[in-house]
Amino acid sequence: MELILLLFTFTLAAFLGFELVSKVPSQLHTPLMSGSNAISGITIVGALIAAGQVEGNLSKWLGFAALVLASINVVGGYMVTNRMLSMFKAKQND
Amino acid sequence: MQFAINISYIVAAILFVFGIKMLGSASTAVRGNRISSLGMLLAVVATLARSNLGYEWIAGGILTGALIGFIAAKRVQMTGMPELVALFNGFGGLASLLVGWAEYEKARPDWSAYLDLPENDAVPASWFSALVIVLTIVIGGITFTGSIVAYLKLSGKIGGKAAGFPGQKVVNLLVMAGLVAVGAFFSIAVEEANAPSLFLAMVALSLLLGILGVIPIGGGDMPVVIAMLNSFSGLAAAAAGFVISNTVLVVAGCLVGASGLILTVIMCKAMNRTLGNVLFGGFGAASGAGDRQVEGEMKAISVKDAYYVLEAAQNVVFVPGYGMAVAQAQHAVKELAEILERNGAEVRHAIHPVAGRMPGHMNVLLAEADVAYEQLCEMDDVNAIMSTVDVAIVIGANDVVNPSAVDDESSPIYGMPIVNVHQAKTIFALKRGQGTGFSGLVNTLFFRDNCRMIYGDAKATVSSLVSEFDG
Repeated sequence: MELILLLFTFTLAAFLGFELVSKVPSQLHTPLMSGSNAISGITIVGALIAAGQVEGNLSKWLGFAALVLASINVVGGYMVTNRMLSMFKAKQND
Repeated sequence: MQFAINISYIVAAILFVFGIKMLGSASTAVRGNRISSLGMLLAVVATLARSNLGYEWIAGGILTGALIGFIAAKRVQMTGMPELVALFNGFGGLASLLVGWAEYEKARPDWSAYLDLPENDAVPASWFSALVIVLTIVIGGITFTGSIVAYLKLSGKIGGKAAGFPGQKVVNLLVMAGLVAVGAFFSIAVEEANAPSLFLAMVALSLLLGILGVIPIGGGDMPVVIAMLNSFSGLAAAAAGFVISNTVLVVAGCLVGASGLILTVIMCKAMNRTLGNVLFGGFGAASGAGDRQVEGEMKAISVKDAYYVLEAAQNVVFVPGYGMAVAQAQHAVKELAEILERNGAEVRHAIHPVAGRMPGHMNVLLAEADVAYEQLCEMDDVNAIMSTVDVAIVIGANDVVNPSAVDDESSPIYGMPIVNVHQAKTIFALKRGQGTGFSGLVNTLFFRDNCRMIYGDAKATVSSLVSEFDG
């Protein structure tokens, strides 16, 4: 994608991110941080591309390590967030 | 095919946006997390649809990571979640760093061939690639080691105190300046022969800065640091997105970066300090200013006498702090709260935004103890009714209830919003001993006429109170 468009997207995403989170009550800060941490595992996409390359040795290994780490981040992140949230939710149904 | 992949990325980004939005409200939060995970799944599947990938490596990598993540998330105790999130965050930062590195290794043998690749259409020149690689390495590196240090501090494996060292500010500045210099050289001279050594120097310096930056920060400031590192891991992913010209990385990374930054700012406001002050001020280490002689003395009260007061109370507020987490008293607190309610009192738990070691730390603990969500109240709501409160029970909280923040202009915490327990009719402060607690500041609350100290381990104290009611 053209660089300038990428920068544009980045800028818009920044404003969007600010708006989305500015009104979260402090009770939900921990799940929010855990949830957004899981999203930062999006690096997995970059890791997939790097690990899946057919040539190159060091690149491949680096990509593989990145893939393992990003997968931990993603899977672990979503699960931890889910656990935290289900605790809060159960209380509401009492 | 590329078109389908890009459309999928757009949909994934939309799912992330909705996911984050829905995480902000208790009723939609669980769905929000699921929607966001769907977005992640879509992004992964779309990427796998690219034609030039070696699937054995990929399968192996994903399965290994997924298994580790799964086991860790399943087995962790609720009270260990803050540090686990910090650890995962660090892994994400490292992953971004490695992606940037992998791309550098791909380009290094032949820069002109690299720049000619179709996916690198948008890249103007090698210095640009180098620059975004620099950003990825730096942000990713700092995130990684910073998060590891945070993890060690939160899990108690290394000291939680603000461990400043002489010349700390200078050293940090030097390392930062070094990074900027090396990064600049690297970007300009990326095609030269000495570029790889510059690259390695950059990796080393970034990792070092992460350690140096977080080690001196006191445990009480940890919530801010965690929120900031969370933001960085998103920015590292966005930087990696610029490196490989990938839209979904840029968008998702930036969303996380921005949301983490807002959280950081909220935390800082809640402590009435600037971010610079938190990161470089060494708050816990430089506590000289607040040590004035306080008039009066701290009066102790026995559990039995405390019981009599509580028995007659109609309105009780619990104010938990890090001490409650350490003593693991949250279950006992829940029992006491229930008994008080059955006795006819209104019970609330006042949660200060930065109580504990991580944003929402107290909420997680109390939720684990099965405390009803409606009883967890924000500081401002409780402050509004504080004068009608008969007993405020402070458990292991210190700075967040220190009236010096309100009336002592010379105090380092002056101006910080606190839970105004001093306005309640009676205060019971549960503390292990007479020490000044984490920040080293004298807490004038303890010397007030309406405050009584109950010394001892919080869990034991609360349990004894429960027995008094039962007996």
